[in-house]
Amino acid sequence: MANFLEQTVNGLVNGGFYAMLALGLAVIFGMLKVVNFAHGAFYMLGAFGAYLCLRELGLSFWWALPLVPVVLGVLGMGLERAVIHRLTRLDPLYNFLLTFGLTLILQDLVKWRYGVSANPYEVPAALRGTLRAGSFEFPAYRVFVFGFAVLACAAVWWLLTRTRIGMVVRAATERPELTGALGIDVARWTTPVFGFGVALAGLAGVLAAPMQAVNPLMGADLIIVVFAVVVIGGLGSILGSVATGFGVGIAVAWAQAYAPPVVAQVLVFVVMAAVLLWRPAGLFGREETPA
Amino acid sequence: MLRVDRLSAGYGEATVLRDVSLQVAAGEVVTLCGRNGAGKTTLLRAIMGLHRQVQGRIELLGTDLGRLPPHRRARLGLGWVPDDRGAYATLSVAESLTLPPVVGPEPWPLARVYEVFPALYARRGAAANTLSGGEQQMLALARVLRMGARLLLCDEPTEGLSPLLVGQIGTILREARTHGVTVLLVEQNLHFATTVADRHYVLAEGRIVEALDNDDVQAREHELLSYLGI
Ligand SMILES: Nc1ncnc2c1ncn2[C@@H]1O[C@H](COP(=O)(O)OP(=O)(O)OP(=O)(O)O)[C@@H](O)[C@H]1O
Ligand SMILES: [Mg+2]
Repeated sequence: MANFLEQTVNGLVNGGFYAMLALGLAVIFGMLKVVNFAHGAFYMLGAFGAYLCLRELGLSFWWALPLVPVVLGVLGMGLERAVIHRLTRLDPLYNFLLTFGLTLILQDLVKWRYGVSANPYEVPAALRGTLRAGSFEFPAYRVFVFGFAVLACAAVWWLLTRTRIGMVVRAATERPELTGALGIDVARWTTPVFGFGVALAGLAGVLAAPMQAVNPLMGADLIIVVFAVVVIGGLGSILGSVATGFGVGIAVAWAQAYAPPVVAQVLVFVVMAAVLLWRPAGLFGREETPA
Repeated sequence: MLRVDRLSAGYGEATVLRDVSLQVAAGEVVTLCGRNGAGKTTLLRAIMGLHRQVQGRIELLGTDLGRLPPHRRARLGLGWVPDDRGAYATLSVAESLTLPPVVGPEPWPLARVYEVFPALYARRGAAANTLSGGEQQMLALARVLRMGARLLLCDEPTEGLSPLLVGQIGTILREARTHGVTVLLVEQNLHFATTVADRHYVLAEGRIVEALDNDDVQAREHELLSYLGI
């Protein structure tokens, strides 16, 4: 039982990362129709940002948490203006080439400057202990990460469903041409939306820094699972990304605890294949309506 | 209000509109009739800036629309009522009404919209695309009236609606008109057209072949029906 609870909490923590990353991908895809293969690299930059804040500037985790996502968001907006926006008129192949190429460039820049070795990053002092619930103990930092991820997803949900900005983003995502004809400059919104998605990836990276060795390739493995999450949930579906992110996190954690190792490794991809056969648009996706 | 001068448009090699010229004066309701495939939707899309393969000149209130993107045209006062009614799945009815910016001097306040369209008030929290066809059409009209559009571009708003609903659409268009709204209306139903409009253009094979007033339409109904392929 203790083990079960522990595994579930671990699953929820990993799920939080999947959810935040998948959410950013979904928002970006919805608005720009661009699949951002560089998302894992921005996550890595988030963790590196936290590491560098501490090492170069002496800024603690609590400073990095708001600062790094904002800086990365601005970098994302710059990239969108410089290159990403050109993709809308091009064949989807260019989408892959450009964003994957961007991943390699960002990874190699970090490798070149800081090497491939893992850099340790300490859990902030306030969150070093454990939390007790009855006879169970959980590492405080993991509980914090889970809570923070839930809050971040809820905040994005609120932004999208309850504010005028969210309404415009939903309209432009669903029917860009109609939305333009109703007087809204859809193109003006793509830059901030891309920056926002990148900032979310950066936030996930900062949160990951104390849990993982900070290294240039840390985003590369994670993002493969995140793409599976996005496909299972439905490309572009907000609710789908979040629910599937947490669901996959828990499922993998349970599989790791109670099934042979190979099951945990392939589980996500088997589920993805099954969902693609059964519901090609994903669990929460909308079937593409012919324009 | 609107002046279209020698407009040609097409898709790839195929020319769909040839040298179309027409004018709509402020406060008028003008219909555009023509059989299926005549190019009516293409003409409205060209005016809205949604169809890019065009030659010729389009002026709104004396401003050459040139290559202006659709959102700029909307802000000059064009109200887009598309043939598919444009109901969003991810926006509620209330959100759909407040989505477009206010562009004209006389936008309908939300309270007025709900008074004139009680069905929209009743379903204001529902996703727009869950409304019935008639309600979706009402929403499409209410949306552009709320934004205060000066010239409505309505693409077959009565298509597929019951006579009762068609009558309501007519009432709303006449009401909008008394408040100075101008309308360019694509319409296949000649009888309905004469109850709401002053003048009518007939489009056939990409050209304007007739420009008529209500009396002409009544006098030449049979001939016109054959134009419309009915
Ligand atoms: N996307 C497109 N690509 C190629 N040809 C098109 C396209 N859309 C319309 N057409 C052609 O252009 C012509 C005019 O179409 P349009 O939709 O403007 O006609 P319409 O008068 O609105 O007809 P309807 O009464 O059916 O709505 C038709 O012959 C149609 O086949
Ligand atoms: Mg049409």
